[in-house]
Amino acid sequence: MIETEFTPLAASFGGALIGLASVLLMWVRGNVLGATGILTGFMQPSSSADWAWRAAILAGMVTGPLVYLFIVGEFPAIQVPVSTLSMIIGGVIVGIGVTYGSGCTSGHGVCGMSRLSPRSFVATLSFMAGITVMVFVTRHIFGL
Amino acid sequence: MQLIFIYVIGLIFGLGISISGMANPAKVLNFFDFAGIWDPSLIFVMGAAIMVTAPGYFLVLKRPKPVFGNGFTLPGTKLIDRRLIGGSFTFGLGWGLAGFCPGASLPVISTGNPDVLIFTVSFIVGIFIARFMIQRSAQQRDAASAS
Repeated sequence: MIETEFTPLAASFGGALIGLASVLLMWVRGNVLGATGILTGFMQPSSSADWAWRAAILAGMVTGPLVYLFIVGEFPAIQVPVSTLSMIIGGVIVGIGVTYGSGCTSGHGVCGMSRLSPRSFVATLSFMAGITVMVFVTRHIFGL
Repeated sequence: MQLIFIYVIGLIFGLGISISGMANPAKVLNFFDFAGIWDPSLIFVMGAAIMVTAPGYFLVLKRPKPVFGNGFTLPGTKLIDRRLIGGSFTFGLGWGLAGFCPGASLPVISTGNPDVLIFTVSFIVGIFIARFMIQRSAQQRDAASAS
């Protein structure tokens, strides 16, 4: 376990930018800014125009940390308190879960909740429950 | 022109993820560790994101159509079923193991952090496994209804 500092200002500012990006994408192109949907469609696009906007937004996303590096002087902190095996198994399970659940934190948690979609509300409660259970089990039952 | 706008939108998202702490597994897992070293920061990420998106969507969706394109592409289904709940709960379990979610890991690929790359490859493998399973069960259903 790694203790982390409570950072409400950075969290709120970062969150507001995530929200701004979501609103702008709906305004400009009429799409939901969900990472799962954008990536899945990028890997299996329905047309070349469909692929192009997904490629553009993904290219923008990976530029974000570089702009952060330019402004702050270092990359955003990435502290990993879990093993590589846990990362691999967790990653595969995330991929399966978001495909069956049709979305992740950005799509359901931000965009869906913001348009008061009952489906997204249920999905968000479900994945919040899943992660809470997993963190409790790994940390407080297995003591990892 | 449209693609430049969309690139900038992606950049704003990636910068937001970088600033927010969502791409830091230690912070994400501590948020859900209510029984341990709880770090409440992440509720501010989602709270602020929704406080911007909800009124923004309200205004944008009143318009007849987006700036580019003929209409808004919103998920059509309203179905709340086992697949939605089970899939989302499963996603949560994986998120709890790894500490990364898809939207947080994609931007920080550019940091070259090995854990981010391992997670991203694994979660793409997971997407293809699920798509394969969904396709196969659809084929089995078709075969069953044909016979």
